[in-house]
Amino acid sequence: MRTLEYDPAPRETDASTDPLQCPFPALPSRAMAPSSEGVHLASAATATRALAVRRWRLAAALTSAMVGVYFGFIALVAYRPGLLGRQLQPGLSVGIVLGALVIVAAWTLTFVYVNWANRVYDPALSALRAHHDREA
Amino acid sequence: MTAVQSVGTPDGVAIAFFAGFIGLTLAITYWAAKRTSSTDDFYAAGRTVTAGQNGIALAGDYMSAASFLGIAGLVATSGFDGLIYSTGWLVGWPVVLFLIAEPLRNLGRYTFADVVAARLDPIPVRIAAAGGTLATIAFYLIAQMVGAGGLIKLLFGIPYEAAVLIVGVAMMAYVLFGGMLATTWVQIVKAVLLLGGAAALALLVLSRFHFDPRELFAQAAAQYGTGVLAPGKLVSNPLDAISLGLALMFGTAGLPHILMRFYTVPDARAARKSVFIATGLIGLFYLMTFVLGFGAMVLVGPDAIKAIDAGGNMAAPMLAELLGGRPFLGFIAAVAFATILAVVAGLALSGAAAISHDLWSSVIRRGHPKPGEELKVARLATIGLALVAITLGILFKGQNVAFMVGLAFAIAASANFPALVLSIFWRRTSTAGAASSMVTGTIATLVLIALSPAVQVDLLHHTSAIFPLKNPALVSIPLSFATGLIVSLLFPDRDGVARYAALEKRLMLGAD
Repeated sequence: MRTLEYDPAPRETDASTDPLQCPFPALPSRAMAPSSEGVHLASAATATRALAVRRWRLAAALTSAMVGVYFGFIALVAYRPGLLGRQLQPGLSVGIVLGALVIVAAWTLTFVYVNWANRVYDPALSALRAHHDREA
Repeated sequence: MTAVQSVGTPDGVAIAFFAGFIGLTLAITYWAAKRTSSTDDFYAAGRTVTAGQNGIALAGDYMSAASFLGIAGLVATSGFDGLIYSTGWLVGWPVVLFLIAEPLRNLGRYTFADVVAARLDPIPVRIAAAGGTLATIAFYLIAQMVGAGGLIKLLFGIPYEAAVLIVGVAMMAYVLFGGMLATTWVQIVKAVLLLGGAAALALLVLSRFHFDPRELFAQAAAQYGTGVLAPGKLVSNPLDAISLGLALMFGTAGLPHILMRFYTVPDARAARKSVFIATGLIGLFYLMTFVLGFGAMVLVGPDAIKAIDAGGNMAAPMLAELLGGRPFLGFIAAVAFATILAVVAGLALSGAAAISHDLWSSVIRRGHPKPGEELKVARLATIGLALVAITLGILFKGQNVAFMVGLAFAIAASANFPALVLSIFWRRTSTAGAASSMVTGTIATLVLIALSPAVQVDLLHHTSAIFPLKNPALVSIPLSFATGLIVSLLFPDRDGVARYAALEKRLMLGAD
């Protein structure tokens, strides 16, 4: 059975025994974006790090966008109730429109991420997997 | 306008629909039981659930009776203010997608503690994580059980204690025999019924207004003043609104029964796709609550709704009876019951996993349980949790437990979410940092809730509260993050940073 926790024993393919790898592989290498050529230049560990940083940046940006949209809405609710009560058309107040737009924004942001992941991230992961297999 | 008075009387149609749901789900459980023999089957349905199925099941796990009946009632009685909840309950899902879903699937096996413990000392981390999980589940379960008892009494005329017992026993049967596979299909059936029922009800409402929501909202404003389309007294304190918003947004990404669902799919790509589908369905559902709420306000009327239930929970069922007669009321009532059953089943399963996988196998057995032992402990834990849920449900009869859902989200957001994010994204996160962050998040949330107006004023009837906010998330989330950061820097793990490189590979490529 595979152990549940990180197991320090099987270190053959580990970054820590990789001669090209410094012991603290923390600094993101901006030059190592794993494009189809890039992965051949970098060690697999560095390419992994670079792709992780790319995904993390997008995830952080999209999360901030969602936080901004929702708390922007809440701030308007709290501090500009008059504005939200204004009716654009009979029955259609600014508040209701913005509330629906928060939901639409959530959909849009998830679409942006999934679209990026399908187009960019998944192919990069396949390249990375192949790279790790070659090094192993 | 037709008088609505059947709500609360025993109704043959409602009971027939409900019996049909119980019969169907027990048949599913029987089918699933034959396919549940290993821990992988029990906790994760053998990882055979497709992305589409998991997307629907996630929506089913998440759309509780509180959001169906509660939001519709809130909008019907106070207008626009209810929409703050509709939006707040959705915006956590993109966060789950961006930050949690894929790393979780790649790093863990059954519980979110698997992820936090992946490169740390498992014992303290799992004890702390199980504490956060069980606290979240306990409060969520109490809220659901008490809600269920009251609701079923209103909807079917069944006594409170009997209703609590039925929910507890049915939930135990699904989980005990059918494990995650049965629980998943109960969620799917429930989600389809709930979305179908809500959509049918929304269409019936809109048919009265030439299928133009603007006409519905304009009618609401004409009858009850333009104030119903603007923010009202619910957000008298802006900090309260922000604190609640934080709990809703980040609590979703820390709910153990939601996180556990990502282990049922074959890989991270399927996990990603399933959140995308769930976000679509849940968003659609909350958009429909706009129509249901204002529909109930215009067609049934806030006073008639409050006369049946002061909390407004009967708005949607009353609207159903008005528009579709007693058969439709029966259907919606059965859907509400099914909703509660499905949510408590998911909660019980994640609680059983925390007890058997995190506490028993990893802590007590130090990661080496005897063969077959973990599954036995999980089943015993399920029985125990069902008994606890029934007991608590009966003990808390008649109490105002509305704040407990907010409390469950606040613990999830303060205890589970920060440790997850730190352990996934920050290489310096240490054992001491992660464990202290989870313990601090749990305890701070509990203490602040106890000192808040929700307990001091609403429950104990004191004139004022020591802590001013109804929901502590605004304080407890930053506190938990800060604890994790500071303690990690003060007490680093010896080789923790080096281990992160290996973790990062697994985080993206999976365990194989």
